[in-house]
Amino acid sequence: MNDIDYGTPAVVADREVTLNIDGVAVSVPAGTTVMRAAVQAGVMIPKLCATDSLEPFGSCRLCLVEIEGRRGYPSSCTTPAEAGMKVRTQSPKLADLRRNVMELYISDHPLDCLTCAANGNCELQTMAGTVGLREVRYGMAGANHFTDVKKDESNPYFTYDPGKCIVCNRCVRACEETQGTFALTISGRGFESRVSAGQSEDFMDSECVSCGACVNACPTATLMEKTVIAKGQAEHSVTTTCAYCGVGCGFKAEMQGSEVVRMVPWKDGRANEGHACVKGRFAWGYATHADRITKPMIRAKISDPWREVSWEEAIAHAAGEFRRIQDKHGRNSIGALVSSRCTNEEDYLVQKLVRAAFGNNNVDTCARVCHSPTGYGLKQTLGESAGTQTFKSVEKADVIMVVGANPTDGHPVFASRMKRRLRAGAKLIVLDPREIDLVKSPHIRADHHLKLRPGTNVAVLTALAHVIVTEGLVNERFIAERCEAQAFADWREFVARPANSPEALEADSGVPAAEVRAAARLYATGGNAAIYYGLGVTEHSQGSTAVIAIANLAMATGNVGREGVGVNPLRGQNNVQGSCDMGSFPHELPGYRHVSDTITRELFEHAWNVSIQPEPGLRIPNMFEAALDGSFRALYCQGEDPVQSDPNTQHVQSALAAMECVVVQDLFLNETAKFAHVFLPGASFLEKDGTFTNAERRISRVRKVMAPLSGKADWEVTMALSNALGYPMHYEHPSQIMDEIARLTPTFAGVSFDKIDRLGSLQWPCNDETPEGTPTMHVDSFVRGKGRFLITQYVPTDEKVTRKFPLLLTTGRVLSQYNVGAQTRRTENVRFYDEDRLEIHPHDAEERGISNGDWVGIQSRAGDTVLRATVTERVQPGVVYTTFHFPESGANVITTDNSDWATNCPEYKVTAVELVHVDQPSEWQLRNAHEDKVQRRLLAGATAK
Amino acid sequence: MNIPNLIKMANQIGAFFEAMPNHEQAVKDIASHIQRSWDPRMRAALLRHIGDAGDAELSPMVREAFVLVKKAG
Repeated sequence: MNDIDYGTPAVVADREVTLNIDGVAVSVPAGTTVMRAAVQAGVMIPKLCATDSLEPFGSCRLCLVEIEGRRGYPSSCTTPAEAGMKVRTQSPKLADLRRNVMELYISDHPLDCLTCAANGNCELQTMAGTVGLREVRYGMAGANHFTDVKKDESNPYFTYDPGKCIVCNRCVRACEETQGTFALTISGRGFESRVSAGQSEDFMDSECVSCGACVNACPTATLMEKTVIAKGQAEHSVTTTCAYCGVGCGFKAEMQGSEVVRMVPWKDGRANEGHACVKGRFAWGYATHADRITKPMIRAKISDPWREVSWEEAIAHAAGEFRRIQDKHGRNSIGALVSSRCTNEEDYLVQKLVRAAFGNNNVDTCARVCHSPTGYGLKQTLGESAGTQTFKSVEKADVIMVVGANPTDGHPVFASRMKRRLRAGAKLIVLDPREIDLVKSPHIRADHHLKLRPGTNVAVLTALAHVIVTEGLVNERFIAERCEAQAFADWREFVARPANSPEALEADSGVPAAEVRAAARLYATGGNAAIYYGLGVTEHSQGSTAVIAIANLAMATGNVGREGVGVNPLRGQNNVQGSCDMGSFPHELPGYRHVSDTITRELFEHAWNVSIQPEPGLRIPNMFEAALDGSFRALYCQGEDPVQSDPNTQHVQSALAAMECVVVQDLFLNETAKFAHVFLPGASFLEKDGTFTNAERRISRVRKVMAPLSGKADWEVTMALSNALGYPMHYEHPSQIMDEIARLTPTFAGVSFDKIDRLGSLQWPCNDETPEGTPTMHVDSFVRGKGRFLITQYVPTDEKVTRKFPLLLTTGRVLSQYNVGAQTRRTENVRFYDEDRLEIHPHDAEERGISNGDWVGIQSRAGDTVLRATVTERVQPGVVYTTFHFPESGANVITTDNSDWATNCPEYKVTAVELVHVDQPSEWQLRNAHEDKVQRRLLAGATAK
Repeated sequence: MNIPNLIKMANQIGAFFEAMPNHEQAVKDIASHIQRSWDPRMRAALLRHIGDAGDAELSPMVREAFVLVKKAG
């Protein structure tokens, strides 16, 4: 079940060397270690401190070899292979040396193998067997590591038992090299040497971020998952894809029957290369949480108790209601909302259901409220609604610009890769109102932190362009060859205007002009420059304009079309890219083709045997407006929770309450389900087959490891609903859905489950020209032909500070919680973060008499709520910050209806607020808590029967 | 549909295109953006409002654009 461990990392080199190991000739890239070359030759050299995810360390002295013509016994993990080298890995002398080394290790290790959690999967045990250790002459008396030691069980997911530590340093090195947190060290000397977290603290009290890299690296039971301690070792594993953020890490679900024992990051997963974070690695227990609803339920009114019914009755009821409402209010009176948490196949089926069975285009995805401006901005400028690179590309970046993203919290596994590159010398520019961890973390300091005021991205990005243009830093050759001449000339004239200079915009942005100029010079002249951006760019009234401004910068400096550069949107959820690709928008069919395009429409009409409306449907916020207007009466909501995640909660609640039929398909009774008339139980990512597409356009397999708790996977539910509506859908497996997607979508033409299984994953476009996918886009030309510059006039948001609302609230997320928290709140991750807090600068706090931990009333033009304060200089004066992971916080009660001009993506990142010291929850919170109790009672009646 | 919201959305679209150097193209782009991204009931509601109450709340370019939107139907 374990992957082959090559002992040291793979090396990429232009030339190969051939050496001879135990009589076997083997060719390896120059720079490869003898240990790795030996494994490639089929020879396993004993080892303990070496593992192929970490640089060689050479401490355990077990991997000694003999090399012809050399004296002594060099360690194979630190000796580079050389041409003509003759290596012997076995000899009587080597056997003696290794046995002696093992004897010393074992003399200081408890011999409780039979009851040890690592039994059957312990490298120390295996090595003792490999070297033929038969006796330990030194006895167990005297000083050692394992008596009188206290096990650290503070972390909810793993234990640290110093008594079992062999001080191989693998965990320390993993924390440094793989994760980049530097939370661990070896303290003490001799028998006192210990792995120490932080300043010799418990793991929970240290800087440890619980990524699990140390646990993964540990060769013994020193660092061990609590689930393995509780259940024992797994007996088989299934490779699948994480259902959390847009990094899309590959995991091996290690199983006992249909029960997950642990999730281990997949070494060959190209998105993560064997690394993980606290969510994907450990926070999967929600899948079998007691709150899961596994039976369909219906009710006539949202004030009625739920009634458990059969699948047949629930589906027939939902279909009947949809048809009744359409008959009465017209075919455009219903629609659907799909989730970026669902698979490509599920998203595809729902939009097909809407277009073919509902007969309209009222389908939208939660990508609406996060990255819809990315789709628009990149399509307009570069020609494709997707990022340009692989994650691995960052390893070749010389300058990294992070705009409105917080990778260490939102995309932690990619952040580790980025930090590795930064530690190796790449320069860092951060544009963010807040001091994110990347600005100042171990061995990393941002060269420029442009601490802009919320809402001024476009001003700062355009000012950067001004410097590049007016200081002669444009890559003229790239522009001449690759971009539209007139559009560039117009843009150049625009950005060069004095009004767009850093000096002119300083008053708006709050960023010193000199800092903007220095950052622009670095970005334009520092070598390969890559931009990574997140929701801090898109979730603004000028979100699309900011995306365009980013693309303009990349084109102006020629930083597109090769490794190490590019425009990289860091997608929030696991399948944001995929849900957009699958035609989940009301104006686009799969592959980003507009519904008004007759040729495309006819293609789908022919395949689906229906006629498709040529006009766009309603976007999510438009659906809510139309519901209040009476022209939109029913919603099929799959895997999404707009009541918690969308802005202006009270507005969303009113809209849902106005609908005649809300069908929610989800794992839990989420906030939206409290307004539902039909509840269809959903399936977690462990219970179904399909694919997710991550932020680098990588399509990876989601594989079923257990049967759906409700009896149906989500795609089967959509199919049943469609059949009940009279539009036949018959798929036996999601692979058939992907085959249909491939037939109808040119960028997916070469995609199939078989190919993904064979290659591990695929980056679209994947077709006849690029049968194995496209790692880097726009290499020789842009997808649209010539790159198109667009003018990015800064238009200040309407959400302005006033005397009544003098502060700007901006929102974000934390490492341990995910989105609305429906999954992570139902895991031990609540021990890391159990409530949304309001960050406030000491100056603003003092002015208002607010101290750390105080309850603070936050009032905006949309509503008010109460949170506890964290007083911190991480935010700048005039700016406050919170997260939205807990429904009772009501963070979105205060965010407004303001939205991006092009896509209606909400402006979560800018809300004018005032704060007051309070001593009780807000009216909304009190009302919401009461309604929550009522709804839980209504649910209890159904599930008790 | 909420008319003040529609007016705000239309003016926001207008504000992006107003900076473009070619006025005629910018007006077409505003109209096209609305045509391609607004559900017909949203366009119809704002056109009705313009018919009833005039277009004074719209920016000048958006007014021009809505002439094209109306023509397109």
